[in-house]
Amino acid sequence: MAEKKSIRRKPWATSLVILLGLILSGGGYAVATTTVQNETSSAELVEEGRKLFLANCATCHGMNSEGTEAGPSLIGVGAASVDFQVGTGRMPGQASGVQLRKKPIQFTDEQIAAMAVYVASLAPGPAIPDEKYLDNTGDANHGSMLFRINCAMCHNAVGAGGALTEGKFAPGLEGVTEKHIYEAMVTGPQNMPVFSDANLTPEDKEDIITYLKYVEENDSVGGFELGSIGPVAEGLFIWIFGFGFIIAITVWLTSRAN
Amino acid sequence: MSDLEKRNDDHENEHVYDGGSAVVPSDKIEDPGLEPHRPRLTDTDPKAAARAEKQVAGLFAVSIIGAIIAVWGYVAFPITGEDLVNTRYNALWVGVGMALSLLGLGFGAVHWAKTLMPDHELTEDRHQSRSEPETRAKAVEILNMAGDESGLSRRKLIRRTMFGALAVLPIPAVVLFGDLGPAGVGDKMRVTMWDRGVRLTRDPSGVPIKASEVTLGSVFHVIPDGLNDLYHKLDEKAKAAVLLVRVNPGVLNEPEDRKGWSYDGIVAYSKICTHVGCPVALYEQHTHHLLCPCHQSTFDLADNCKVIFGPAARPLPQLPISVDEEGYLIAQSDFTEPVGPSYWEM
Repeated sequence: MAEKKSIRRKPWATSLVILLGLILSGGGYAVATTTVQNETSSAELVEEGRKLFLANCATCHGMNSEGTEAGPSLIGVGAASVDFQVGTGRMPGQASGVQLRKKPIQFTDEQIAAMAVYVASLAPGPAIPDEKYLDNTGDANHGSMLFRINCAMCHNAVGAGGALTEGKFAPGLEGVTEKHIYEAMVTGPQNMPVFSDANLTPEDKEDIITYLKYVEENDSVGGFELGSIGPVAEGLFIWIFGFGFIIAITVWLTSRAN
Repeated sequence: MSDLEKRNDDHENEHVYDGGSAVVPSDKIEDPGLEPHRPRLTDTDPKAAARAEKQVAGLFAVSIIGAIIAVWGYVAFPITGEDLVNTRYNALWVGVGMALSLLGLGFGAVHWAKTLMPDHELTEDRHQSRSEPETRAKAVEILNMAGDESGLSRRKLIRRTMFGALAVLPIPAVVLFGDLGPAGVGDKMRVTMWDRGVRLTRDPSGVPIKASEVTLGSVFHVIPDGLNDLYHKLDEKAKAAVLLVRVNPGVLNEPEDRKGWSYDGIVAYSKICTHVGCPVALYEQHTHHLLCPCHQSTFDLADNCKVIFGPAARPLPQLPISVDEEGYLIAQSDFTEPVGPSYWEM
């Protein structure tokens, strides 16, 4: 007891109490004001996104995102669509053609986020996915089955990509971020069909992404992949190296030693 | 002295055959004879022989190392089921090891034979393939004798029943293989699991699909309700697999008799290609093209899956669909035409 009393009477005790009080009140005030700032900044974000949209996108998508002959309407495509298209560099498109390709990304993350918020503010649409579906903790086995049924016909059984009609193609999925794979499924970019949450639940999508990342990070069980593109590469390999080896042996076998 | 030895003796006496009507050119190419024997390097140079000996021994050593690698690979990468990737290294090293051990042995043996074993050259002349006249006469004699002794020409009953038995022999094959033809197939190629009121469900879970869940641009891979309960479900799935797509109803070009087959832009088509039966599932949202990955047959989904490219001969069969009172998609009936590869009646 005596010791406690002595602490309370120490000269710095008062300063400590004052300091604690200041931290509490100041911190509380800071938290309160940040919330307010966030609200204002989301309105600012929409405005910033709108400016970026008018400067970079409106030529094709229309001043009010209503779409023109050069580009589709963006009303209702959602933040996920913007995040995918701009975040993979496909948008802004450089030239019209059957399919827009991946390019170096033209905007910063903040600018992409602003445009996504702006487009999402026009009409409800698929949102940017929750982080909890992107941490590759799903069931890779189930994901593999869903991938084979829904995706493999275009994207190849291990996501190596493949050809479509008239010069279009399903891109390879190696190196594509979890977020962009998810967004592609919910939005159906370009000629890819949509796989809404009613078709493949967010958990199903997580399983599919987990499978793709498993395939990406682990060696192929079946041996050397040769690009994973199937019979063309494998056939070429066996015709050139397999038969070449057999012909070489045949020639050696029947030649005379010198 | 046996016949065979006698014939060999005759052969050495260079029997002269009549050339018949064959034209014998007077300026035919001279037989150049045999190349002179050329000694190998290993025959003349003892250093080369020693080198070849080492090479053969080296190849046999490779074979031994290969066998050890195969055992090491099998032990070092056990296939336990915990890590699938071990399958790859197990198979790789066992395969490489066994290939080295077999090839090392084989190459060593061949190299040994080619460089160090004696290289006598042996010549074996060709001879007429036609037999000697005596042999031929003897053969005819034996055949005639067999005919007489068996009584084939005299005993008519045996002869007729034998020919009868030979004529009947192929009949089981005709009946058995006949079932492979159209008569044996029955209606298997015309009937699938789809029927009036069967719900469209998701592949593979079998969860029924509500029309409201099929958003614009969506693709569902569909199996009939109850498929997962079947014992031979793959047999039925191979015929009943369906692709369900929702497009803007405005783009559908539906003929009069198929007006009621879609539901608010939702259309269902057989997923089995009419060419050779691959699953056609490469759907392009904006062009409405359905591409078959096997031979690039392309179908226009908006235009009744008409073939617009490739070897397929007829459109994909459409499944008439509707919704039940709970809002789930159901089939109106089975397909109205056979699904899958076209065949002779198609």
